[in-house]
Amino acid sequence: MDLSIITSLGYVVASGLFIFGLKMLGSPATARKGNMVSAVGMLVAIVVALLDQGIVEYQFILGGMIVGGAVGAIAARAVAMTSMPEMVALFNGLGGAASLLVGWAALSPDANTFTLITIVLSILIGGVTLTGSLIAYGKLSETLGSGAVMFKGQQLVNSLIILGVFGSAIMFCLEPTDPTWLYVVIGLSLVFGVMAVIPIGGADMPVVISLLNSYSGLAACAAGFAINNNVLIVAGSLVGASGIILTQIMCKAMNRSLSNVLFSGFASVSNETTEIEGEIKPINAEDAYYILEAATNVAIIPGYGMAVAQAQHVVKELANLLEANGAEVNFGIHPVAGRMPGHMNVLLAEADVPYDQLLEMDEINPRMESVDVAIVIGANDVVNPAAREVESSPIYGMPVINVTDARTVFVLKRSMASGFAGIENPLFYKENTRMLFGDAKETISALVRELGG
Amino acid sequence: MNGAEYLLFILMLSVFLGFELINKVPATLHTPLMSGANAISGITVVGAIALAGTGDADLAQWLGAGAVALASVNVVGGYMVTDRMLGFFKKKES
Repeated sequence: MDLSIITSLGYVVASGLFIFGLKMLGSPATARKGNMVSAVGMLVAIVVALLDQGIVEYQFILGGMIVGGAVGAIAARAVAMTSMPEMVALFNGLGGAASLLVGWAALSPDANTFTLITIVLSILIGGVTLTGSLIAYGKLSETLGSGAVMFKGQQLVNSLIILGVFGSAIMFCLEPTDPTWLYVVIGLSLVFGVMAVIPIGGADMPVVISLLNSYSGLAACAAGFAINNNVLIVAGSLVGASGIILTQIMCKAMNRSLSNVLFSGFASVSNETTEIEGEIKPINAEDAYYILEAATNVAIIPGYGMAVAQAQHVVKELANLLEANGAEVNFGIHPVAGRMPGHMNVLLAEADVPYDQLLEMDEINPRMESVDVAIVIGANDVVNPAAREVESSPIYGMPVINVTDARTVFVLKRSMASGFAGIENPLFYKENTRMLFGDAKETISALVRELGG
Repeated sequence: MNGAEYLLFILMLSVFLGFELINKVPATLHTPLMSGANAISGITVVGAIALAGTGDADLAQWLGAGAVALASVNVVGGYMVTDRMLGFFKKKES
């Protein structure tokens, strides 16, 4: 039998397994199996690719696989769940780099114009994804400052880079035999990736990382066109679609458009000072204990501060004790809490919180009025009532978790500094708010001790 | 249908299918979804394999080998870390 038929059928099977695997990711009960199904699909695709008749020697392939596989396996085992955003950012970048190299290697003298365009696209998207992800990684891991980097004439510089990218891409397609244009395209795409991500601040990272996730898929897709391979197109576009949907969800959860996130920070609008009435009422763990002991319904609202303080395990302990005390405990999770979509859910799941206790914003908000105590742990902007009440606030209109509807709100906070967006939070001054200052982990440990844990 | 049209046809259908499938993934699984997507985007390894195995020992082969290595990190790392995360998700025992 013709080997190319086996190859084609193998790719069909692999694509089907990817699709089925993603479908099983629709429920936490089947998700793990779905991931396995998808992995089997990948195995099929790789085996089929290795059977290709064009392959005459295997040492390069095996060398690459062993090195890459080992690095991946070690990273996957070693990474802490709090560092997942960094890891995903880095993996996005590697995916982009791989597509860049494939596009580059696919360049041959007899390529037609359509192939040349797809080669240049895979190099461009791959390059932007690579350096954009590295910058995102730097910001997430705080090796670079997490703030937005703005400078005078930034828009002009960026416009020139974009023009340069288009110009050199067109020249490359017209004169594919001259390698100069190829190098210019590669260089400019790498520079553009850096320029695209540096003006985006820490609080917008969930959007950036979702978008780069999408780009890594689109780059694979473009590489699929460049080498005429349909399984790359199917898998790449599934990933591309996934990233775009997550990007949309993140933007909606911040009530901002994608262009607003990408091209302007909060800085330009947040200078207005609104008068906040009321005073801050700090309490200590002992006072908090008396209120918690009497509570029958408790909602916990985690934010990035919980991840930073590595407090997820003591939070679970606290939840256990409250439940043992007869209270109903739920977690309210805002879509942009943390540094990537679903970040809080993974941290709490790691600490053994069952997933049916993790409620989305739309589920927890209607229940908030019957909540006795809402405990806000290291979250700020996602619980800011200014989003509902203060029309001049830059986050006005953003959907938030309405903790002010609860009878009492505890806010666990390191100090009175404002959140990543730099916006004043009137929640801290509300009549029913009590502030517990200090490291989130220590504060919760103190509560756990008071409750007799 | 010739090559380019056929590939564009596949692209269109896959994008629609992707939107339908991903929209059904609950928010609680969005992090594993992203790392799983990392793994799937490692599909580039399939293209890289053919380029790395030509035996020409030229630039293209080296680029292909590099791409195999990078994409393998994504494939192995992505699936393993996703599995590790999904192992944490448990239902409340009643």
